[in-house]
Amino acid sequence: MNASQQDRLLKPMEEVGIVGYGAYIPRYRLPAKEVSRIWTDGEGGVPIVEKAVPGLDEDVITMSIEAARNALARAAIDPSEIRAVWVGSESHPYAVKPSSTVVAEAIGATPHTQAADWEFACKAGTEALQAAIGLVGSGMARYAMAIGMDTAQGRPGDALEYTTGAGGAAIILGPAKESMARFEGSYSYATDTPDFWRRSNETYPEHGERFTGEPAYFEHILTAAREIMKLTDTQSEDFAHVVFHQPNAKFPMRAGRMLGFKDEQIKTGLLVSLIGNTYAGSPMIGLSAVLDKGQPGDRVLLVSYGSGAGSDAFVLSLTDRLPALRDRAPRTQEYIDRRTEIDYATYARYRGKLALK
Amino acid sequence: MSPRNPSPPAHDVFIAGVSLTKAGEHWQTSLRELAFEAVRLAQIDAGGLVPQALYVANAFAPILSHQIQLGALIADFSGLRGIEAVTVEAAGASGGMALRQAFLALMSGQLETAMVLGVEKMTDKIGPAVLSALATTTDADHEAVHGITPAAQAALLMQRYLYEYEAPSNALAGFSINSHANAVTNPNAIFQRALSEEAYTKAAMVCEPLNIMDAAPSVDGAAAVLLARRSVLPSESETPRVRILGSASATSALALHDQPDILTFTAAAESAHAAYAQSGLKAKDIDVFELHDQFSIFSALSLEAAGFAEKGQGWRLAHDGQIGLQGRIPITTFGGSTARGDSGGATGVYQLAEVVLQLQKRADKNQVMDTKIGMAQCLGGIGSTACTHILGRE
Amino acid sequence: MEVSRHWRLKKQRYALEGEVCPHCHAKIFPPRDVCPDCGLDARTLYQFSGRGEVYSFAKVQDAPEAHSEQSPYTVALIRLEEGPLVTAQLTDIGDQPLEVGSPVEMVTRKLRSDGERGMLVYGYKFRPLLRPSI
Ligand SMILES: [Zn+2]
Repeated sequence: MNASQQDRLLKPMEEVGIVGYGAYIPRYRLPAKEVSRIWTDGEGGVPIVEKAVPGLDEDVITMSIEAARNALARAAIDPSEIRAVWVGSESHPYAVKPSSTVVAEAIGATPHTQAADWEFACKAGTEALQAAIGLVGSGMARYAMAIGMDTAQGRPGDALEYTTGAGGAAIILGPAKESMARFEGSYSYATDTPDFWRRSNETYPEHGERFTGEPAYFEHILTAAREIMKLTDTQSEDFAHVVFHQPNAKFPMRAGRMLGFKDEQIKTGLLVSLIGNTYAGSPMIGLSAVLDKGQPGDRVLLVSYGSGAGSDAFVLSLTDRLPALRDRAPRTQEYIDRRTEIDYATYARYRGKLALK
Repeated sequence: MSPRNPSPPAHDVFIAGVSLTKAGEHWQTSLRELAFEAVRLAQIDAGGLVPQALYVANAFAPILSHQIQLGALIADFSGLRGIEAVTVEAAGASGGMALRQAFLALMSGQLETAMVLGVEKMTDKIGPAVLSALATTTDADHEAVHGITPAAQAALLMQRYLYEYEAPSNALAGFSINSHANAVTNPNAIFQRALSEEAYTKAAMVCEPLNIMDAAPSVDGAAAVLLARRSVLPSESETPRVRILGSASATSALALHDQPDILTFTAAAESAHAAYAQSGLKAKDIDVFELHDQFSIFSALSLEAAGFAEKGQGWRLAHDGQIGLQGRIPITTFGGSTARGDSGGATGVYQLAEVVLQLQKRADKNQVMDTKIGMAQCLGGIGSTACTHILGRE
Repeated sequence: MEVSRHWRLKKQRYALEGEVCPHCHAKIFPPRDVCPDCGLDARTLYQFSGRGEVYSFAKVQDAPEAHSEQSPYTVALIRLEEGPLVTAQLTDIGDQPLEVGSPVEMVTRKLRSDGERGMLVYGYKFRPLLRPSI
């Protein structure tokens, strides 16, 4: 590899790590068979078991606040030391007015902080993560928080409706020596690929159906994964865990196999069957599940995918600080276990699909 | 004697006339028309006496009818144009507080006559908008924003009351049953049907554990009381004269969570005991007690506050039949807010007029025997404002 | 449309920021700058833990305008572990039986929206403990 290729590896001046992380998943679950009961007479397979649905009083702001509080509980830092609170989502409650300022205010990070909302379809969360590594790694800030959180939209009856879930995670970045996971390097890959979009003022997204596969998800995920492994001189067997963006259960498994990963390496961070596709939250909460269970010394590969399109890839190694810190806040699995099943009618009400005017 | 409500000097403020109009849904009648009817009837009842001032008790017109300055509006519309007139607002205690302001004005010597008019027009809006208006009696920043309504406050009180005193779930049924029984013969009541214990038990929840029979309906209504000093009363009258023996009010917090003990109506207790002190009377001297039963739990807590029951024992009075027309302490003798209907700020004036009818033996089928002393107490919110009057027959 | 009245309460609404009395050490919520116990000035900020137990509760089946889309919902008086009572909604109740004395914890949720186009009002609610053991 020549020097200019090596430049593609994103590596900050100072080593950066994860000093706190926290997940959030709302408690309501819509079984996929409920969707098929309504729209296909129950015929045909379903892509996941069930998806998480937010309650009537939840949105990306409230969910981000809880995830951020969990991250703070693990980091045990003074929130006023956080210099950036960044929320990545495609479901910000306001079209104009940041989610991030509410979150920052609620966790006590205001007012000496940067606050911003990020948008890049399903990789808005890792986009914020990538930028936060830069902010901390440059020495500009000691701590920065990146959140990926979503209450995903899917048109009633659309194939997406089976999987569009809700949840995500918050990550606090800080100096590597204080961290529970160090970043060895990261990489980003982006092209103009129109596989999925939502126009301004539209309620539901449009997508290219099978076009979302090969030229979109797989092209970006596989390229980003291969590039970062090449740039960090790693092989598939060097990783204890790998987390891909998970729009359904099939895509990440297939991508993993194509890259030479075994199913065991993928399954710890694969939550889609039980919570659905949490869009910008998806890779972030997969990472949260891995941090809940990983051991010191484990190496982790994280690759997101955002339609439109791009992938961010990260290589992390878990440190010996991790086991002592992770029980300070609820684990991802505790949120998965806290579930109340709802029917399609309740789901339609909770997601604002009933016409009230 | 409470320092907040010292005994007034010997005085001579009388009720010269009263009026009660039918509580209900008056789709055809406006706020000013409701008011005029009550003013007119009270003046007739007082033998044509003309008031020098008008005190309007009203709580919700600014929200429900988009109307303020009711004093001038009603004075003008009622043929009293030019007189001093003002609105008194203290939520459900507005009626008592308006009477008290009028009483104080007469006591000061500045006025010799004053009309106290309670009027509320609840049906100019419908549905959740009315509930939103009612919820303005709660703490807007710390209760209403959480979806608290007056019924929710009452339900929280009821839940805690039943829990704390280990009372059965139908412990408060007797209050509602008593009020409905009394309303059967009150032509001004919106409900004139008896309520069975079974019907109470099956009643729909509006705010579980509070059911629809635990809550008073919000209705249009107007009532008036014309006050006069002895010097201007007609020398002869067919009805016995009724004098104000005690008048007192007190306040506590708007929000439930700001009460030192939610199960004690402190303002109700303070105002009642101040009124007792002024009149030299005790609870046992009261022959009839118009309390503010906007919710059944209020009846229990008001009876305890005024000294008719020990703390936690108020509900037993309803079970033991002590609150009926022949009971030890008859309450809500015309149906109260529960069955006559709750007309917001007008409620206190209804109560006072009803006490006057009892004392003058004009209560017809609702007459309580041997009534010499009557008490009326109205509450704003959860007793955040309480106003108590004791009236006596000469 | 209401903006400033919600904005000025954001600290207490989002995170249960109250006050502590420097004279008698009473914890105060909602903050009121004067100690309800001793009557002296009390403006020292105090961060409540958010833990408490249900003191009373009721289910609102008949909701006012601003909350009708959430109906039915459960309201409660919560006895905070630091002492004060607070009024709030209970959320995410699930299947657990609700009783006086049930332990609860604070979460920040959407309280209401100020009309279709107005601002979203966020604030405290309480839910059954996510981790009953802690
Ligand atoms: Zn103090």
